[in-house]
Amino acid sequence: MAELVRPEALPPGTAQRSRRFAALHAIARDRVGLAGSVLVALALGAALLGPVLAPQDPTQINPGERLAPPGGQFLLGADELGRDLFSRALYGARISVQVGLVVVVLAGLIGVTIGLLAGYFRGLLDGVLMRIMDTLFAFPTLLLALAVVAVLGTDLINLIMALTIVYVPAFARIARGSTLSVSEEPYVEAARSVGASNARIIVRHILPNITAPITVQFTVSLAYAILVEASLSYLGLGVQPPDASWGSMLATGKPYLEISPWVSIVPGVSIMLTVLGFNLLGDALRDAMDPRLRSREL
Amino acid sequence: MLKVVLQRVVAVVPVLVGIAVISFFLIRLVPGDIVNVMMGEDFGDPQLEASLRRVFGLDLPLHVQFFDWFGALLQGDLGQSLRTRRPVTTEIFERFPTTLELAMAALLVSLAIAIPVGILSATRRNSPIDMGARVVSLLGLSLPNFWLGILLIMTFSVYLRVLPSGGYAPFELSWDHLKFLVLPAVTLGTSLAAVTMRMTRSSLLEVLGQDYVRTARAKGLAENTVIRRHALRNSLIPVVTVIGIQAGGLLGGTVIVEQVFSWPGLGSLMIRAIEQRDYPLVQGLTMVLAFFFVFVSLVVDLVYVYLDPRLRARG
Repeated sequence: MAELVRPEALPPGTAQRSRRFAALHAIARDRVGLAGSVLVALALGAALLGPVLAPQDPTQINPGERLAPPGGQFLLGADELGRDLFSRALYGARISVQVGLVVVVLAGLIGVTIGLLAGYFRGLLDGVLMRIMDTLFAFPTLLLALAVVAVLGTDLINLIMALTIVYVPAFARIARGSTLSVSEEPYVEAARSVGASNARIIVRHILPNITAPITVQFTVSLAYAILVEASLSYLGLGVQPPDASWGSMLATGKPYLEISPWVSIVPGVSIMLTVLGFNLLGDALRDAMDPRLRSREL
Repeated sequence: MLKVVLQRVVAVVPVLVGIAVISFFLIRLVPGDIVNVMMGEDFGDPQLEASLRRVFGLDLPLHVQFFDWFGALLQGDLGQSLRTRRPVTTEIFERFPTTLELAMAALLVSLAIAIPVGILSATRRNSPIDMGARVVSLLGLSLPNFWLGILLIMTFSVYLRVLPSGGYAPFELSWDHLKFLVLPAVTLGTSLAAVTMRMTRSSLLEVLGQDYVRTARAKGLAENTVIRRHALRNSLIPVVTVIGIQAGGLLGGTVIVEQVFSWPGLGSLMIRAIEQRDYPLVQGLTMVLAFFFVFVSLVVDLVYVYLDPRLRARG
C-alpha cells in the first residue's frame, strides 16, 4: 500500500501547483485542448519569429508582381501592390497577438484589481465600482471600441486603450464574484484572526484562489480582442497602412475577390485559425479547471 | 409579478443615466473640441472660434454643459449633425428600421439554425452529428463575420451569381428587396447561431440528467415525448438569456456586416460619422444603440421571469 503523505510534510503551495499540473495534464490528454494549444503555439511562433521567417519585407512593393498567384517567388501569393502575402500574414500575427496580449493583460490587471477591491471591501466602494462596470458593460463591445477610437483618433495606442476599456468590466465582474465567495472561506477568516492586513489577505489568500476563472476569461478575451482588433482594422479604424494587419489585409483584398481570392483568403484563414486556437484552449481550460463542467461535457 | 417587473425596470434607470454620462464625457475626450473639428481650415480665427464656442455652449462650466445637454436629452434632443446640420435623432430614426430589419432577419436565421442543431446535438450526444455540430459551431465562433461575409460573396455573388454582393432596395415583401437581405442576414445570423447552439445543447444535456426526466422515462414515455414535453421547455429558459446577451453582438455585428454589404443602416451611418468626425452623430448613435441594448436586455429579463415560475414567485 502506498504511503500517505501528510499535508504538513509538503512544501507550501504544493496543492496549488499540483492542481495546476492536473489542469495542464487534462489539457494535454484532451484532443480539443491539444489542437487549441498547437494553433496557439503556431500563432505565437509566427508572432515571435515573424521577422526571421518572413522571406521579404512586408511593406516592399513590387509593381511587376501585382496580385501574383501563390507559388514561386511568393509562397502564398502577392497583394494588389505586389507585397508578399506570407510575410504580411506573419507580421499581421505579430500585431494581432501583440495587441491582444497587451489589451488582455492591461484589462486583466485593472479589472481584477477593481473586482478584488469591490468584492473584498463591499459596501459603498462595491456599489460605485460595479455600477460603473455595469454601465460600461451595457455598451455593445464593438460599438464602445468604435466610439473610443472615433474620438481619440486611429492609431495603435488608441486602439489598445479602446479595447482595454471594453474588456475591463468582464474581468472585474468575474474577479468580484469569485472574491465574494472566497472571502467567506475559513482560511480567510483565519488569516484575519491572526492579524493579517487587508492587503496581505487579498494578495496572499484571495488572489491565488481566484486564478482559475480569470485564466479562462483571459484566454477567451484574447480570442475576442483579436477578433475586435481585426474588425476595427477591417473598417480602417485600427492598424494603419502600410503596417500589415489581418483585418486591413482583408479589406484591401475585397475588390479583388474575383480575380485573386488568395489576397482575402490568407488573412481570413489566419484570423480564423488563431481565434479558433484560443477558443479551443479556453474551452479545454474551462473543462480542466472545473470538474463539474467536465462531467457535463459542455 | 408586478413587483418583480417594477424592480427590474427601476434597476435599469442608473445604467441609462450612466450611459448618458459616459457618452457626454466621451465626446469631451476629442483632442481640442468639436469647434476645432468644425472650423477645419478656418482654424486660427479667434473671433469665429469664440462665437462658435458660445453658440455650442462650450464656454460654460462643464457641469452646466452637462445639465443643459442632459435636459435636452430628456426631451429627445441629441443635437445636430455637424455635416448635414439635421437633428441627430432624425438621422438615426430614418435608418433605424433598416438596421432593425437586418437584425431581426439575422436573429431568425440564427434561431432556425441553432435550436434544431442544438437539440439534435444533445439528443444524439457523441454521435458524428454531435461532433460535427460542435466543431462547426466553434469554427463559427472563430470566424470574423466580415470574413464570412466575404466568403459568401465569393460563393454566391462571384461564382454562382445568384445573389447580389451588396446594396439595398426599399422595403417590400418581394424578391427584389429580399435578395439583398439574404447574405447579410445569413452572415450575421450564423455567427450568433454558434453561441445559441452551444447553449441549447449544454442546457438540454443538463435537463436530460434531471430526476424528473428520469421519472418520465421510467413511466415508459417515448423518448420523443420526454424531450418535447418535459426537457425542451425547461432547457430553453437559459437559451432566452443567451439570445438577450447576443443583442449586443447583433448591434455591433451590424456595423461590420452593413459595411461589407453596403447596407444603409445605423452601422454604415456610424462609420460615415466616424470618418467625417461628426462627433454629435457618433455620440448619439453610441447612446441610442446602448439604450436599445439595455432595453432588449430588460425585455429578455422580463420574459425570463415570465417563463420561470420560481423567479415570479420570488417577487
